[in-house]
Amino acid sequence: MTSLTDKPALNLSRIAIHAVLLLAVLLYLVPLVVMLLTSFKTPEDIGSGNLLSWPTAFTAIGWSKAWATVSGYFVNSILITVPAVLISTAIGALNGYVLSMWRFRGSQLFFGLLLFGCFLPFQTVLLPASFTLGKLGLASTTSGLVLVHVVYGLAFTTLFFRNYYVSIPEALVKAARLDGAGFFTIFGRIILPMSTPIIMVCLIWQFTQIWNDFLFGVVFSSGDSQPITVALNNLVNTSTGAKEYNVDMAAAMIAGLPTLLVYVVAGKYFVRGLTAGAVKG
Amino acid sequence: MATLELRNVHKTYGAGLPDTLKDIQLAIKDGEFLILVGPSGCGKSTLMNCIAGLESISGGAILIDDEDVSGMSPKDRDIAMVFQSYALYPTMNVRDNIAFGLKIRKMPQAAIDEEVARVAKLLQIEHLLERKPGQLSGGQQQRVAMGRALARRPKIYLFDEPLSNLDAKLRVEMRTEIKLMHQRLKTTTVYVTHDQIEAMTLGDKVAVMKDGIIQQFGTPQQIYNDPANLFVASFIGSPPMNFIPVRLTKQDGRVLALLDSGQARCELPLGVAADELEGREIILGVRPEQITLGAEQGNGLPGIRAEVQVTEPTGPDLLVFVTLNQTKVCCRLAPDVACRVGDSLNLQFDPARVLLFDAGSGERLDLAATAVKDNVTRFKGR
Repeated sequence: MTSLTDKPALNLSRIAIHAVLLLAVLLYLVPLVVMLLTSFKTPEDIGSGNLLSWPTAFTAIGWSKAWATVSGYFVNSILITVPAVLISTAIGALNGYVLSMWRFRGSQLFFGLLLFGCFLPFQTVLLPASFTLGKLGLASTTSGLVLVHVVYGLAFTTLFFRNYYVSIPEALVKAARLDGAGFFTIFGRIILPMSTPIIMVCLIWQFTQIWNDFLFGVVFSSGDSQPITVALNNLVNTSTGAKEYNVDMAAAMIAGLPTLLVYVVAGKYFVRGLTAGAVKG
Repeated sequence: MATLELRNVHKTYGAGLPDTLKDIQLAIKDGEFLILVGPSGCGKSTLMNCIAGLESISGGAILIDDEDVSGMSPKDRDIAMVFQSYALYPTMNVRDNIAFGLKIRKMPQAAIDEEVARVAKLLQIEHLLERKPGQLSGGQQQRVAMGRALARRPKIYLFDEPLSNLDAKLRVEMRTEIKLMHQRLKTTTVYVTHDQIEAMTLGDKVAVMKDGIIQQFGTPQQIYNDPANLFVASFIGSPPMNFIPVRLTKQDGRVLALLDSGQARCELPLGVAADELEGREIILGVRPEQITLGAEQGNGLPGIRAEVQVTEPTGPDLLVFVTLNQTKVCCRLAPDVACRVGDSLNLQFDPARVLLFDAGSGERLDLAATAVKDNVTRFKGR
């Protein structure tokens, strides 16, 4: 039995492929490694050695200082992200349900117009949004940021759910109506239980968007209500005193961890859910 | 248990658009099995959705037990429906699928359990109750869908092409089972299909539809033997009825239709007054089984010799194709008839059973059925 890998020529090309891949992996890993190493170094160590050198002594002092500085903003981010993600996903699901199963006159046009929301750049809504928040008395509050994120996210969440629900046979809703179920009963008992993949997609997408948002955070919040992205920027950009790179790196890692966690936990649904919506049979 | 009546039901999806349903008028008695049959796009499914209340009607009235339900929502009409796609709730197991409607109607749990058990036994799906629909075969899903409809004991069952997703063998089995079920339960049923065999075998009453209009409403026998027009005649029956354009001649005050097979001619006496047909193009409708092989000794029926062009043995029958008046004509003969392509057969027609249609309007010319008999007697006497 000779398999393909036994042949020397193929072996060589295989080695070449793996070498290139390994190189790419290293290239992509270097920033992370530098960040990790630096975050565990002492300030003196950073000042004396080069970026890639191994720490002379591992210390968590950077992490504890970073956490002391950004923990309040970390909580802010959670207080903004969690409600905004949940509310925008819930409304998006309901919107998608109506736009696919309970079509009304002009619902296609409505959906079409809603899609414009996906193409609007953040910058264009800054002024109108701040005007509205001011009128509502929500300027510079966490609730105000939640509102902005919910409204901005609705176009995406509605699109996700509508496209997913379009592939569900309408007969299901008809059968449930004949069984005596109403609008919300059908949604809660039949449609929602089928929606796990698209809910996951929506949660990941919205969480990433809102957690990583900087622009809305910096414009619509101030002082103690700022999210972690803004706080991180403030921390890194301070021009007074000595640069504490170990603290910067640790803070950046702290800011990035939640999104990483969401991908690890719910990531397997992401591709599945996206394709389920996209590839309509 | 209920009667169903449709009074001038009318449906359109908007001004300027063609009507989907036009002046639908029919009534069935308690316990009857009504078939809505027609080609796709004829409005039969729309009509069913209107009866169910899933779509509103633009005019007329739908009455169940003499009560106008046109404005009622589906849940208040007390109707259950079996869908072509089965529409089983995919996240619920079979038990919950059947029980869903009962739970919504707030039936006590003990009664629900009892009802589910009854239905499961009736449909022999007891062993499937804990499974999800995705784990069932097509036939099993079909049973569960029927179980869901049976569980509520509604006034009326609606079936929307329930067998069209099954393979041929299973379809025949389930057809018999649905008929058996109806004989046992005697619940008023409306059944939509495009399959004319289902229509013939299942229905007490059949409504043949085309372009949103009921072409004919009657028993399967009436539809088969007395079709109202060319469309009904061509749609019901397999192989379909032969339509032969004929020229008419007058002789001794009787009207004769001329048939020409290329090698022989024949005059078929028709039982209609001559002046009625003056100047009209006529189409002769003959079912394949009504063309018989001529007996050795003449039995008095008119016959014609024609050349066999194609033979199709189907098992129970032998289908023989000949040409009459430049039209391909199918004859359904006994399977033991020995004939080969090129042979010449003596084919006979029973003038009493031949139908006449107006070529222009497609309407059946049902003129003086008694006169036909007179003519035949006269013909035989000759």
